[in-house]
Amino acid sequence: MARYIARRLLWVVLVIFLITLITYFIFFKLPPTDPAVRFAGKAPTPEVIEEVKKSFGLDKPFYVQYGLFVKHLFLGDQYGWPGFGFSFNTRSPIKEVLFDRAFVTMQLALGAAVFWLVLGIPIGIISALKRGTKIDRAVMGFALFGVSAPVFWLGLMALFIFWQKLHIIPGSGYVPFSESPAGWFGHMLLPWIVLSLLFAAFYARMVRGTMIETLSEDYIRTARAKGLPERTVIRKHALRSSLTPVVTMFGMDFGTLLGGAIITESVFNLPGLGTYALRSAVEGDLPVILAVVTFAALAVTLLNLVVDITYAYLDPRVRYS
Amino acid sequence: MGETLLEVRDLKVHFDTPDGVVKAVDGVSFTVERGETLGVVGESGSGKSVTFLTAMGLINRKSAHVEGEILFQGRDLLQLPTDELRKIRGNYMGMVFQDPMTSLHPMYRVGDQIVEAIRAHEDVDKDKAMEQAIEMLDTVGIQQPDERARQYPHEYSGGMRQRAMIAMALSLNPHLLIADEPTTALDVTVQAQILELMDRLKSEFNVGVVLVTHDLGVVADVAQKVMVMYAGRQAELGPASKVFEQPLHPYTWGLLESIPHVDTKGTRLVPIEGSPPSLIHVPPGCAFHPRCPHRFEPCDKEVPDLKDRGGDHPDACHLSIEAKRTKWAEREARRRKATA
Repeated sequence: MARYIARRLLWVVLVIFLITLITYFIFFKLPPTDPAVRFAGKAPTPEVIEEVKKSFGLDKPFYVQYGLFVKHLFLGDQYGWPGFGFSFNTRSPIKEVLFDRAFVTMQLALGAAVFWLVLGIPIGIISALKRGTKIDRAVMGFALFGVSAPVFWLGLMALFIFWQKLHIIPGSGYVPFSESPAGWFGHMLLPWIVLSLLFAAFYARMVRGTMIETLSEDYIRTARAKGLPERTVIRKHALRSSLTPVVTMFGMDFGTLLGGAIITESVFNLPGLGTYALRSAVEGDLPVILAVVTFAALAVTLLNLVVDITYAYLDPRVRYS
Repeated sequence: MGETLLEVRDLKVHFDTPDGVVKAVDGVSFTVERGETLGVVGESGSGKSVTFLTAMGLINRKSAHVEGEILFQGRDLLQLPTDELRKIRGNYMGMVFQDPMTSLHPMYRVGDQIVEAIRAHEDVDKDKAMEQAIEMLDTVGIQQPDERARQYPHEYSGGMRQRAMIAMALSLNPHLLIADEPTTALDVTVQAQILELMDRLKSEFNVGVVLVTHDLGVVADVAQKVMVMYAGRQAELGPASKVFEQPLHPYTWGLLESIPHVDTKGTRLVPIEGSPPSLIHVPPGCAFHPRCPHRFEPCDKEVPDLKDRGGDHPDACHLSIEAKRTKWAEREARRRKATA
């Protein structure tokens, strides 16, 4: 197992290399405009551009530039480790901002994950057990709504109703927990719910599907033939098999979310990675784009590794060597 | 010997489907006694599995219309509340299924799955139950049972999994063991071992055994009583020795002729023409008549009941007993000649 994890970690490093290389290529090399011109500000003189190129190493060949980026990433730069460089726009180190924003996104993702698991899994199970009944149809109707309602619409409607009209919610934006726990909760609640609805609906449908499939398995019939109470048959035998694929999905979804939830963060005005990525892309802040992409890629690949390791514990047939 | 364990009276199991009513079991009656093996034979879709799944309460009663009585030691299983039936299931009636590859839960250790069965009915602690489970695995001939109990089903071979299933079914000392095609998914050599094992355990535990199969050869080896089913009805029912010596139903004749035999080496097997009927549109009269070479006047009009028709055991064929004797003798002679 240790060897397997070590090998997989090497793969993670390789994937990060490839993703940063492609991103670097796309943003620094492909565009017809020169990154130095972007940095140099309005109407720069050729001398200024030359100076910028020199100070950032932009005059060097592409592979040297990329090599420098990788070197800084792994060994750190003048702002510490890991070296993400500094923003073209704010002219300040990226690292601090990136980590602060990643922390906000993580809170959003974690809270939403709790909501969607608590909501989606039981709904899926009940729906599968009551297949074809009114409960099933009502719940799947909700799921269809959840899957099809766009987050920007749902988010704005929620803000309008609960903030503007009912005054239950204190407002949008982010309040750190350390500043005011109640304020933090009040500001996070709506984003959590709105973001989780989409996933909850999706998970409910998935759990319903795998559960129905599992219930027709021979070993469920065996469990019943043993004379186990129906409760045990469902909770112990059917659930174990039907939730295993959910673990896989969850790992991937959660990893993706850690890279930023652009729409939710924008609607609720949360300073997370998603809005950071969006702003840097709009403003052409190349080092920031690179930093966010690297961080998101790392989150996805690491979560995938975690999923694969968890899977081996959940399903004894899967053993890595 | 002698105590009647299971008595089924005029059992009907009909399923509603979008295409019509499937008459999976259509009026079946028989008994199973302690210490005897009842072999139930028929092609796929003859209703043999459904009969016993119904007895175990393993069919979905919402989509099925069940009529008749299934008396287990005097109690009608069809009238029992779910929880009462659950207590009988596993505890007094054990069941072994066709495919050992999929019948054990892939994510739990084999020992734990047996322990679970024991603890569902007996108030014993885990260690005690595990001892019982290991003992049971040993009884069914699994080597190093304490080590094997800690393994998962995928670490077992097919034959061993079926042994484990049998161990699980017998772990609570049931009175009746129902085996639904227990050897169909196994290699021929393993088949013989499993049958031998079941036969040994039958005497050892003094249980009644139901062996559902589509293979008359399997039945010939171990069963004392044989029930032949066709399209949800019984074709004939009698002591194994008599059914094999003087079969009364043309369907049974067809089944017997389609088994390869050492003395028929080199000759062609005779298949039964045609295929089993749809259970939605069962042919009128005798369900077998479209495939029967001996059909005559009443066959497509009157449904023949299973009753004593002058043979030494009940059957459901309109032919007179004399006609049955001569026609079977002719077919036997033809087969012998082909062999010689």
